[in-house]
Amino acid sequence: MDIIADVLERNGLLFAFVVVGALMMISGWLSKTLTRGRLQGSAIAIMLGLVLAYFGGINTGGEAGMADIAIFSGLGLMGGAMLRDFAIVATAYGVDLDEIKKAGAAGGLALLAGIVVSFVVGAAVAAAFGYTDPESMATIGSGAATYIVGPVTGTAVGASSEVIALSVAAGLIKAVVVMVGTPMIAPFIGLNNPKSAMAYGGLMGTTSGVAGGLAATDKRLVPYGAMTATFYTGLGALLGPSVFYFTLVGLFG
Amino acid sequence: MVLYGVAALALCLLVGKLIGDALGVAVGVDANVGGVGFAMILLVVATDRLRKRGLFPKPTEQGVLFWSALYIPIVIAMAATQNVADAIGGGPMAALAGLGALTAGAALVPVISRIGGQSEPLPAMTEAEKQEA
Repeated sequence: MDIIADVLERNGLLFAFVVVGALMMISGWLSKTLTRGRLQGSAIAIMLGLVLAYFGGINTGGEAGMADIAIFSGLGLMGGAMLRDFAIVATAYGVDLDEIKKAGAAGGLALLAGIVVSFVVGAAVAAAFGYTDPESMATIGSGAATYIVGPVTGTAVGASSEVIALSVAAGLIKAVVVMVGTPMIAPFIGLNNPKSAMAYGGLMGTTSGVAGGLAATDKRLVPYGAMTATFYTGLGALLGPSVFYFTLVGLFG
Repeated sequence: MVLYGVAALALCLLVGKLIGDALGVAVGVDANVGGVGFAMILLVVATDRLRKRGLFPKPTEQGVLFWSALYIPIVIAMAATQNVADAIGGGPMAALAGLGALTAGAALVPVISRIGGQSEPLPAMTEAEKQEA
C-alpha cells in the first residue's frame, strides 16, 4: 500500500491525467445513459470535479480541494493557473480576429458593466446583512466581482479579516456557480456566438468560472469569453479600493 | 517539429503575461491585467502570418492543437482543486452576494450582445468536434 501511494505521490501529474481520464469516462457514460446526451459529458465532469473538491476540502481543511490530498496533488499542477492559461491561449489558435474586433466595443462595455454591477449588488447584500460601513461594503462588493479583488480591496481599505474571508467566499460561490450554471442558462441569454461569449466573459469576470462554464457549454466560445475575462480582475482591483470605495464613503461614510 | 508549436505557444503566453504584469504595475495594481488576452492576440496574429508564408506546417500546428485539446481535461482538474468547501462554508450572505452578482451579470448578456447588431449563432457541432469534446 505504502509503495503504491509513494509512486503516485512522486508522479503526481501522471496520476492526475489518469484520474481526470477516468472522471471524463464516467461522465461521458453518465451523459449518454442518464441524460441521453442532453447534458454534455464535460459539464458532468466539471460538476463531479467540484463535488470531489468539496470532499477534499472538508477532509483536509485545505484550500485546494482534492489537491490537498497528497496522492492527488498532481491535480493542482494540471489544473493550476499556468497550464490553464496555456490551454486557454491554445484554444485561440485559428480564431478570427475580425470577430474580436467586431465585438470589441461590446466586450469593453461588458467589462465595465460587469464590475459595476458586481460591486453594487455585493455592497447592497452586505448592507442588508448589517455590514453598513463603507470598508465592509467595498470589500464584499469587490468579492462579488472575483475572489481575488475582494482581498485586494479589503486589505487596501483596512476591512476586518472576517469580512475579507466573506468576500472570498462570495467570489468562490460565483466562480463555482458560473462553472456549473453556464450551460443551463446559455440558451436563455443567447450565449451561442462569439460576441455574446465576449459579453459573458466581461460580465462574469471570474476566469476560472468562465473557463469552466464555457468548456461545458461549447468549447469554441472559450477564447472569446476568456479574452474579456482576463481584463476583469485587474480592472476590478484598480476600481475597487479607489473609485468604488470613495463613492461608498461619499454616500454612507 | 511539434515542439516549435509548443514553444511558440509558450512564448506568446510569457510575453502576454509580461505585458499584463507591466500594465498592472503601470496602473498601480498588484494583478495581471489582460495577460491571457494579449497572449491570444499575439498567437492569432503571429501564427496567421507564419502560416501564410508556409512557416507553420502541420507538425508545428499539432503542438498548439494538442494543448487546445487538453483544455477540457485541464478545466476538470481545475474544478477538482477549487476551494468549494470554503465557498459553501461562507454562509448565506456570501452566497447571496455571489449569486446576485452572477444573476445581474447574466441578465445583461442579451442587452450588451445587441450592441453593433445581432450575431449569428455558431453552426451546430459536427460529430468529429463532439468526439473531441
